[in-house]
Amino acid sequence: MMLTRFLFERIDRGGWVFLVLLGIAAVLVPVLNLAVPPGSMFHVSNTAVGLWGKYMTYALLAIAVDLVWGYCGILSLGHGAFFALGGYAMGMYLMLQIGPRGVYAHPTLPDFMVFLNWTELPVAWWGFSSFPYAMLMVALVPGLLAFVFGWFAFRSRVTGVYLSIITQALTYALMLAFFRNDMGFGGNNGLTDFKDILGFNIQSQTTRAVLFSLSVLALMAGYLVARAIVTSKAGKIIIAIRDAEPRTRFLGYRVENFKLFVWTVSAVMAGIAGALYVPQVGIINPSEFSPANSIEAIVWVAVGGRGTLVGAALGAGLVNFAKSWFTGAFPQGWLFALGGLFILVTLFLPKGILGTFTDWWKRRGETRKPPTASPASQPAE
Amino acid sequence: MNASTRSGLDIGSGTLRPCSHPPGARGQGIGHVRALSAALAAALVACLLILAGPARAQDHAALVQRFATESFNDIVGAVNGLATSGAPRAAPIIEALRDGRLVYRASDRAVFIRRPDNSFVSALSGEPAAEIGTTRPVRLNNNVRRAIDAAVGALSLLHPDPARRASAAEAVFKSRDGSALPALEAAIGQERDPRIKKLMEEARAAVVVANPQAAEADRIAAIGIIQRRGDQDALAMLGSLPATTPPLVREAAESAAVGIRRTLAVWEAGQNVWHGISLGSVLLLAAIGLAITFGVMGVINMAHGEMVMIGAYTTFVVQQTIRVLAPGLMDVSLFIALPMAFLVAGAIGIAIERLIIRHLYGRPLETLLATWGVSLVLQQAVRTWFGPTNREVTTPSWMSGSIEIGHLAITANRLAIIIFAIIVFATLLLFLKRTPFGLQTRAVTQNRRMAGAMGIRTNWVDAFTFGLGSGIAGLAGVALSQIDNVSPNLGQAYIIDSFMVVVFGGVGNLWGTLVAAMTLGIANKFLEPYAGAVLGKILLLVFIILFIQKRPRGLFALKGRAVE
Amino acid sequence: MLIDPMETQLPADPVKAIERPQVVTQSLLYLDGVSVSFDGFRAINNLSLIIAPGEMRAIIGPNGAGKTTMMDIITGKTKPDAGDVIFDGQIDLTQLDETAIANLGIGRKFQKPTVFEMHTVEVNIEMAVKADRTVFGTLFSRQSAAIGRRVDDILGIVRLGDHRNRLAGDLSHGQKQWLEIGMLLAQDPKLLLVDEPAAGMTDVETGATADLLKDIARTHSVVVVEHDMGFIRELGVKVTCLHEGSVLAEGSLDQVSADERVIEVYLGR
Ligand SMILES: Nc1ncnc2c1ncn2[C@@H]1O[C@H](COP(=O)(O)OP(=O)(O)OP(=O)(O)O)[C@@H](O)[C@H]1O
Ligand SMILES: [Mg+2]
Repeated sequence: MMLTRFLFERIDRGGWVFLVLLGIAAVLVPVLNLAVPPGSMFHVSNTAVGLWGKYMTYALLAIAVDLVWGYCGILSLGHGAFFALGGYAMGMYLMLQIGPRGVYAHPTLPDFMVFLNWTELPVAWWGFSSFPYAMLMVALVPGLLAFVFGWFAFRSRVTGVYLSIITQALTYALMLAFFRNDMGFGGNNGLTDFKDILGFNIQSQTTRAVLFSLSVLALMAGYLVARAIVTSKAGKIIIAIRDAEPRTRFLGYRVENFKLFVWTVSAVMAGIAGALYVPQVGIINPSEFSPANSIEAIVWVAVGGRGTLVGAALGAGLVNFAKSWFTGAFPQGWLFALGGLFILVTLFLPKGILGTFTDWWKRRGETRKPPTASPASQPAE
Repeated sequence: MNASTRSGLDIGSGTLRPCSHPPGARGQGIGHVRALSAALAAALVACLLILAGPARAQDHAALVQRFATESFNDIVGAVNGLATSGAPRAAPIIEALRDGRLVYRASDRAVFIRRPDNSFVSALSGEPAAEIGTTRPVRLNNNVRRAIDAAVGALSLLHPDPARRASAAEAVFKSRDGSALPALEAAIGQERDPRIKKLMEEARAAVVVANPQAAEADRIAAIGIIQRRGDQDALAMLGSLPATTPPLVREAAESAAVGIRRTLAVWEAGQNVWHGISLGSVLLLAAIGLAITFGVMGVINMAHGEMVMIGAYTTFVVQQTIRVLAPGLMDVSLFIALPMAFLVAGAIGIAIERLIIRHLYGRPLETLLATWGVSLVLQQAVRTWFGPTNREVTTPSWMSGSIEIGHLAITANRLAIIIFAIIVFATLLLFLKRTPFGLQTRAVTQNRRMAGAMGIRTNWVDAFTFGLGSGIAGLAGVALSQIDNVSPNLGQAYIIDSFMVVVFGGVGNLWGTLVAAMTLGIANKFLEPYAGAVLGKILLLVFIILFIQKRPRGLFALKGRAVE
Repeated sequence: MLIDPMETQLPADPVKAIERPQVVTQSLLYLDGVSVSFDGFRAINNLSLIIAPGEMRAIIGPNGAGKTTMMDIITGKTKPDAGDVIFDGQIDLTQLDETAIANLGIGRKFQKPTVFEMHTVEVNIEMAVKADRTVFGTLFSRQSAAIGRRVDDILGIVRLGDHRNRLAGDLSHGQKQWLEIGMLLAQDPKLLLVDEPAAGMTDVETGATADLLKDIARTHSVVVVEHDMGFIRELGVKVTCLHEGSVLAEGSLDQVSADERVIEVYLGR
């Protein structure tokens, strides 16, 4: 009842198109992959399922980034850290599922621990053989880190580029830490060689198709949650904070709490995205923490259109599609293209593809409507 | 004593050889002036000694003769005798013995050395012997070998090469072999290099301390000498006294060890500070350009690291060109690379400012993204041009080597970078404070519109300020090419650190940048021994993250309305 | 944009807060011996000012006299170096931050109109209307009819009814001033601090603003800063003239404008 009201009142036309298309993909892709024989022109190849599944998790990450950047004006250069932490939580579960099938055939310890001559599971790993616990951690670890970090940062009113720089330092520090063997997360090599998830073989095409569908569902859920937030009154305040933070304060809103809320929600979303990403790509290693990854996620949002949730997801899909294509066709060219994209989008397409398109559509539809102002902030004196 | 006498005889016999010239050594390597003065000094000593107790060449003949025997004991005696005699040909004789090339003629027991080409020379004179008849080798057993080893050590104490003498003294210090004492005494007597003499005295002290037969007072006095030496080896020496050592000596050794540890800790702290300052200088160089673009202009230039990288590659290209065109200039290549790097990086910086950043003033987050894009493009461009692997940059000879001050090792390249960083910093400070351009820069950054109204061409000031920041990054690149790998990723390694420095120091304040760079550098070096390099760095990052929460505008924050 | 920590730190030292003699006053706002300096420059110098409940006070003074800075201090944006700022008899404002002070019932209109440019006029007012201001309260809040009526009322008062669906960023300077006054009304504070409400308005609009303020003053305490002497005269209330951070003269407009020193530094001969 609440939900249907929500769906009909707060989801705009673009959102509906987005949800319906995703819903269709969630059903159709696995069917076309599993039920249609490989020779048929309707067959979806295994690689495509894996690739698109990955894009879905990226899209979820993009929505998470957009929530804080597009709506709250917090440019996080460290969202990759939350993504990776969620991924590691999932990876740890998958590692423990290997059991005695590792190279060293140790009954409980993952291979890399046997290799390091460890005799028992470190405390951080306790409980990760339980799926529910691992899933809790997927949300809790990034969420908690974000909460603590945000609690300090927002209360001390660290904003703008300063915040961006320290988020970058955060993910960089985590990367260095996870590279260390004695951290107990597999060092350089990270976690890999997974065997199965919840008893299903992780390599089997059925499992992979299900993982794809789950990623789509997670993306839909993420979109709905984000949409619910930004269309609520709290969402209006969050946008107000983006545009005139001091003014919001003088109205009596606790800016730091609002920021902390979206920041934490966004981190949890990123963590879930990471958790879905890992079983599909089959590996998680410290390079996921690298600052470049986080910045790349920003460009997805910038390309798609920040401040438009659908745009962010779209941007993630487009940029990554381009990346796959480039790395196949001109491996040398990708970084040129990505760099160029950063420059061109910020210079010529500040609203991104979807934002620009919507503007154009609106202007075409009703010329009477006033043009929208730029989101430049008007600081309170 | 014999050794001194012998060199005196050398002078007397008219051969101008260095005084401490031991037997058979090729002493020509030493500079003439030094040889001359040493010889004169030795002659003086020799005159006195000749009066006191003349030793003649016949003594040496007798000593050498003693090798012509079948008795191992006699041979050991001969080795010991020869080693402490200071005979000029002691070294070749003993070496020959060690290699089994010492022989004697059965008929008259004259001793010869068989050379590798199987010709023979007289052991005593070193002159070739044409026809020698049947010979027998001088025999070797373990006792003889041990005697030889000791003798070689003793002989090295008299070697003309100061490095050899120094290492021989060090060897004795470590072995504390009592049998080396006579040789050591002899060597001390004629050593002219105060540094080596000190080493030898320390070695003698070590022998005395370790000698249970020595008088307690002597041993305690010797401990004093060792304490003055004050390094790890001294500490090891004092710690290795056996349990049977008399309590008084033990006590002295213990208190000396405590003293050494204390001074060593101070020296170690000093060394850490030194390393920290040198790391701080690197950070300063990398960050100072950023302090201008970010601090003065408020532009977040994520491509700053790539400007550094371009500076390093400019160095590579300059050196490559010099190698082809004028190899003789290699030692000054860095001085050619510096202006080149400044210009190249500065020009690229100006281009970036004109083409991109200019459109994004007042939108720091967008600037950040666009310049990140620039950094990707620049990296990939360099990768495509120069390849993804490290490029070799030559270090000029004046930048290698090191000097020692007390227990501080100061390497030339660190010193050079520190000095360079100071020069860059000071020049920049003067430039911004004292020149019209600096004034205009500050005017524009404080009030763009007003400055424009007063006729300052704000566009150009912006472009040149950005160019200046980038050019300085290029200079940093030249310096970093000397200590880091020149690869397309060079800049990436420094960008985060540079931002940390600028943010920690407080934006818009060059002094803050200096203090921050030095603080972080030194803190890093003090953390490293405890936490390891990586963990130390993580700790520092976490520290800065926390620090920014407390003081969001850094150590030296500007206050007031202007900054909001 | 960053806020200087010097200006915003929460009470770091609770002991100091306790040691402070508890000042209890009958007045709504009580400033005593307040001083603040920026990098050595004393913007507010031993300033004392008392506003009674229900009072409307006009503040005048030359540029840089410290009028805006005084409001910054009252609203918690700037922490004074010395002195007491007491609200409602016993609340020490120097120990609170902007949000807490706003929620105590002190509303502020900025010298430079500041509204939420990406929101419509209606939403701007709606956000200001007194209601639950917590995260979860706003997250699950529903558009209530009462709030809707209040928004309509206020839009009527500030005469922006026709513009309710326009983006605030598109309004003219004067309209933004009105909108900000409307937001202030919507907050329904006990004390309104209004910084130069008539700046950039036509004479007719200035008159309307004065009427509106007088109207508001019937039920609220108001502090108005203005340079427009006509406007001040129209308000007809007690006037305080600030100069170099402290009170130069206080009294009726006639008294104050007859004061030699006020003429010297502000009004001119
Ligand atoms: N945050 C700050 N940092 C530095 N100086 C400040 C700050 N705030 C105020 N000042 C200084 O304090 C003085 C008083 O400023 P204030 O804005 O209060 O004046 P005012 O009376 O409101 O003037 P006007 O009539 O022009 O609005 C000015 O000289 C101003 O430069
Ligand atoms: Mg003012």
